[in-house]
Amino acid sequence: MIYALLILLACQLAGEAAARGLNLPFPGPVLGMVLLVAALTALPKLADLLRPVTSGILGHMSLLFVPAGVGVVGHFAALGGQGLGLMLALVLSTVAAISVGALTFVTVARLTGAAEGAQDD
Amino acid sequence: MTDFAEIWSYLSRGPLLWLTATLAAYALGDACFRAANRAPIVNPVLIAVACLAALLHLTATPYATYFEGAQFVHFLLGPATISLALPLWENLHRVRRAALPLGAALLAGSFTAVVSALAVARAMGVDRAVLASLAPKSATAPVAIGISQSLGGSPTLTAVLVILTGIIGAVVATPLLNLLGLKDWRARGFAVGVAAHGIGTARAFQVNPTAGAFAGLGMGLNAILTAVLAPIVLAWFL
Repeated sequence: MIYALLILLACQLAGEAAARGLNLPFPGPVLGMVLLVAALTALPKLADLLRPVTSGILGHMSLLFVPAGVGVVGHFAALGGQGLGLMLALVLSTVAAISVGALTFVTVARLTGAAEGAQDD
Repeated sequence: MTDFAEIWSYLSRGPLLWLTATLAAYALGDACFRAANRAPIVNPVLIAVACLAALLHLTATPYATYFEGAQFVHFLLGPATISLALPLWENLHRVRRAALPLGAALLAGSFTAVVSALAVARAMGVDRAVLASLAPKSATAPVAIGISQSLGGSPTLTAVLVILTGIIGAVVATPLLNLLGLKDWRARGFAVGVAAHGIGTARAFQVNPTAGAFAGLGMGLNAILTAVLAPIVLAWFL
């Protein structure tokens, strides 16, 4: 577990340092994720070491958003008198984005023959 | 015997109380979620947040005090994002084979999220000044806040809009995608990750491991694309 945590934190640290140092427009952890994918490709044995810890974290990933969510409640006033318009924009755009994204994926997959075959799963 | 007020004032100063409360509230939310047969409307994050917000209000506890304890949970968001590398790596062969659908869905989903949000907000008479805070709301929080600031938006308002977007996405995704009759877990997960970042990804992992892996990929890619798209699309609405 210690080695797994060390690998995760080291990737995050390297990602944060690179994102800051190179002024990249995305966050350190996303870069750290890419680094770890590269590390896994080079050293597949890492996967067995990491799996117990990562599956534990990802299984309860929702929990990690609770502190930020509680912070948001105190700032509903920031929505101002435009709360209704903004809520409607969020609901409609989220529904539209999920629908368009998923339908585009399936349509292009069918056209390019990348549909999920029976050899998978 | 020490009286309650004294114990309270001792405990409420350290991180232990609110760290425990955060886990307890989430355990309660998760129990409700399971008791409701994992119905997406019974969102464990929403329940935990509501309980804790009520508790903070009743005990007149400032958020800064709460965060002293909750920061240990909050900190794990970074390692959790790194952890997404493992399911992504395990699905790398499927990601490669689906490169074209992934690219198309990323562009379409990301573009739809920004354009439709700004169009609806404008139609509802939302101030132009607020649109900069709204444009990046589908990206993961740290990226969205950075984009919002560079466009002259408010980081606080963007944080609120990002979290709300994630919860909305987690709640609507399953019924919506079932309604559309989509059974491809790659498409379902990826679209949710693009539209509803980490909270949508957390939801995808509750439903299916393939959906979770593709959601994490969608979240990461959309963080990058939103940084490019948001300023361009916002300019059309100003």
